[in-house]
Amino acid sequence: MTDTLFDEKKKIYTVTELTRDIKSVFESAFPAVWLEGEVSNLHLQHSSGHQYFSLKDENSIIKCVFFRNSNAKVKFQLEDGMHILCFGRISVYEKQGQYQLYVETAEVQGKGALQVAFEQLKLKLYKEGLFDERHKRPIPLLPVRIGVVTSPTGAAVRDIIKVACKRFSNVEITICPVKVQGPGAKEDIAMAILALNEYNEYLEENGSLEHKIDVMIVGRGGGSVEDLWAFNEEVVARAIFDSTIPVISAVGHEIDFTISDFVADVRAATPSAAAELVIPEKEVLLDRIDVSRERLNVALRTMLENLKEKVESLADSYVLREPINVITQFSQEIDDLEKRLNVFAGHSLDMAGSRFMRSAEKLEMLNPLAVLRRGYSITFKDGCPVRDTGMLRVGDSILTRFGGGEAESRIEKISATGTDKKE
Amino acid sequence: MKDMDFEKALEKLEKTVEELESGEVSLDMSLKKYEEGIKLVRLCQKKLNEAKQRVELLMKDEKGRFSKMDFEDEEK
Repeated sequence: MTDTLFDEKKKIYTVTELTRDIKSVFESAFPAVWLEGEVSNLHLQHSSGHQYFSLKDENSIIKCVFFRNSNAKVKFQLEDGMHILCFGRISVYEKQGQYQLYVETAEVQGKGALQVAFEQLKLKLYKEGLFDERHKRPIPLLPVRIGVVTSPTGAAVRDIIKVACKRFSNVEITICPVKVQGPGAKEDIAMAILALNEYNEYLEENGSLEHKIDVMIVGRGGGSVEDLWAFNEEVVARAIFDSTIPVISAVGHEIDFTISDFVADVRAATPSAAAELVIPEKEVLLDRIDVSRERLNVALRTMLENLKEKVESLADSYVLREPINVITQFSQEIDDLEKRLNVFAGHSLDMAGSRFMRSAEKLEMLNPLAVLRRGYSITFKDGCPVRDTGMLRVGDSILTRFGGGEAESRIEKISATGTDKKE
Repeated sequence: MKDMDFEKALEKLEKTVEELESGEVSLDMSLKKYEEGIKLVRLCQKKLNEAKQRVELLMKDEKGRFSKMDFEDEEK
């Protein structure tokens, strides 16, 4: 046996020679192949930018290499588990005697029928205008009653109730129980959205005193894409769109986007977030009311202060010696009003208000300008009002102000009898 | 004014405050605005406190009739 094995006539390869021959056989047999499979053992060589991975199916595995100049043209990032379709050639990596696919291009294969369906429906509804901003209904600031379309046994309903209890005790929650996954879920959800709308109509028609539903949360807790699928169904999307009650969509976690999210008036990242969005914090609202009340008081007080100042400056006016008592009286009256307004209690305001008005009218009558208009005048010397001839000397220059305009004159004669003489 | 919902009342209150603060309204108007403002404050407070807390299930049968029952949350 050994003799024949090493017979001189036999062609004996070196490892390199055989490898090269095998390589050329592979290369001529598979110069251009499409290969479909699941990515595994993905290894990204950061320094070179080359990607090494395997494509596998149930029984077999083939090594692949995706060089940088080729993989740079592909928009998506390869991931383990991804189902892809590759185009390339088969060759052999001589150093390891390893045949492999030299990938030239790749695309995501059979991107999940679900994903395709999602994108198709999204595009269809988008084109129909179901996602338009102009269709978005505003969410009420303080809903009295919130409808919830979800599973009565799921995490979502508990989360919503928890938030409601924490934030604002005075809210009614009406749950419309539905299946959120599996066969029949989409019909259930769509019917429930409709039922809440019908319930509002029913309350209205029957003149019920019961509060209607102001807003609804439609959603469920986290799950797989398949679990959340009902919220990607057209029948659910249309029910949300047709709802006259504003709808907040709350499906899964932050990263889960569904068709419902796009159609809903508001998308909340999670059911808890939906509850937080729709149920205000009572304290915040109370603060807002308190701030307004304080501002009302300050504004009115400022107005009263201004009026008081006006009265006081009138009291200081030298023209008005006579009615000075009247003015100080008004001043007191305004103080009084201010106190009463500060301790304001309903009915007293009307009375306080009309007294205030009377005071203001009287003030207007006592306005120095009004007095001047009646024919009086004020005389000033060096800017000070002249109250007594004692302030004057012959030759002094004085200024007299009338109802309309003023005149400058010089003193020629002074009588001490109390009669001022002016020229 | 009683029928006004909370949101509208709060909106109106804040508008009233701004008008009063602007100082552009006459004296008697100011008093009216003040009074209106205080009434709105009370309405808002009342609205905040008036709803009851309740969690219930709403069901609709084949004949389209609604029925309600209290929701029992096992974790509550």
